[in-house]
Amino acid sequence: MKFNHEIVEKNIGLLGIFTVIAISFGGLVQITPLLFQKDTTEPVDGLRPYTALELEGRDIYIREGCVGCHSQMIRPLRAETERYGHYSVAGESVWEHPFLWGSKRTGPDLARVGGRYSDKWHEVHLIDPRAVVPQSNMPGFPWLAENVLDGKLTAKKMEVFRGFGVPYTQEDVDNAQKAVEGKTEMQALIAYLQSLGHALK
Amino acid sequence: MMSSFWSIWITVLTIVVIAGCFILLRLVSKNTTGVEEGKSMGHAFDGIEELNNPLPKWWSYMFYLTIVISVIYLALYPGLGNYKGLLGWSSSNQSIGTENGIKADSAAAIELAVKEGRWVQYDQEVKQADEKFGPIFAAYLATPLEELVKDEDALKVGGRLFLQNCAQCHGSDARGSTGFPNLTDNAWLYGGDLATIKTTLMNGRHGMMPPKGGLPIDDSELEGLAEYVVKLSGREHDAALAAQGQGSFMKGCFACHGMDGTGNKFMGAPNLTDSAWLYGGSRGVIVESIKNGRSGVMPAWKDVLGEEKVHVITAYIYSLSNK
Repeated sequence: MKFNHEIVEKNIGLLGIFTVIAISFGGLVQITPLLFQKDTTEPVDGLRPYTALELEGRDIYIREGCVGCHSQMIRPLRAETERYGHYSVAGESVWEHPFLWGSKRTGPDLARVGGRYSDKWHEVHLIDPRAVVPQSNMPGFPWLAENVLDGKLTAKKMEVFRGFGVPYTQEDVDNAQKAVEGKTEMQALIAYLQSLGHALK
Repeated sequence: MMSSFWSIWITVLTIVVIAGCFILLRLVSKNTTGVEEGKSMGHAFDGIEELNNPLPKWWSYMFYLTIVISVIYLALYPGLGNYKGLLGWSSSNQSIGTENGIKADSAAAIELAVKEGRWVQYDQEVKQADEKFGPIFAAYLATPLEELVKDEDALKVGGRLFLQNCAQCHGSDARGSTGFPNLTDNAWLYGGDLATIKTTLMNGRHGMMPPKGGLPIDDSELEGLAEYVVKLSGREHDAALAAQGQGSFMKGCFACHGMDGTGNKFMGAPNLTDSAWLYGGSRGVIVESIKNGRSGVMPAWKDVLGEEKVHVITAYIYSLSNK
């Protein structure tokens, strides 16, 4: 049989295989080498794993969809570093599963928001953003202050992260539930936000 | 710096893909269908017939052009593994100097890059800005604050920096909100002179009132105490209740707020005799403040903004209540 495009056009499976081959080159060149590179697989000096409470806060950050409006990725452009601080480096994200870099900034970048505002500000702002920033179009999250964590799954989550290579000690895991139990979701989320960017300022 | 295996992997795959595109383009440009150009391919769908037409010339030329551009790009910029490109360009100094035991992103790494004639986009940008704005801020810093508050341009710069960094808590009009001080009313917890404002900005503050001031005050006394505070601020009050409250006040509140209730700027203890209320001045809120205590944090900006910018912002904040 003479080879021509008719064979591919009339055979959807073959078309699929060729498509996958064609688009996989980009990933093979750009992604696979990163999985084996020191810069992207080793933590920067000063990086510490999230505490139990921060870890729960991170899950609330994911649940509430914060990543949809807030990026955590400061690009190496002066205009950004002037506003947000040192640009993000790969070694800060090695223990992030999944990454929360985001891709859209309806609100500001949060990669280094830790320590910028007081805990109280975060609380007031999360309950009703317009109480402190009248121009804000961020929704309020008042239920965070009411929901109380039981911490039943915290230890398990930490073990899963340990499986990913995050250096949690057995002590961390054993004390996880105690550290979280009775805290509100608000406290957990604020703890997480205040930890952002701790390794590099 | 990646290992030579991955460098070769990237280089070979990239070249193979570009070469593959070229070969594919050559192949599909040839008529291998056995059907003459412009004639029917022998099938029709809903009356629409496929003719054996080649790609328009300008279109296939554009494909060739992308191949040429990619080759030029890969020669000039770092794309092929560890090859640094003829321009020596890089977007940031993130991976400079991880080899040779020099820490990435350190001053030594940047020096090395400059010595190698590498063009680091980010550092270039920062350098240009430093050259432009550096002398301006240095001159502001060298100007005593007493002089700086008379410099209209400096106040405008300070205002912009305020909107960028301070307005989130203190409001874009600097009038604050519940729990976040109004900076325009000349009521100061720690003092409103230039040096104190600057210290506040540089090092931050942590204002702390423990529940009931840590004093043996019974819940039943709260109403009286609040009434006494209302009296202190010069408002209409129930004299008998306030007198009762004064007794409770003397249990120790005066240690921070002063015998006359005018506060203590060393501790950031508020003046209770004026009309400025950080958390609200109604009886209900005063009771709440006494009962549960209050804690306010102003973050330190020394490391985030640096002294030069703090200096200018200080002048701006001072100007808000000292026209």
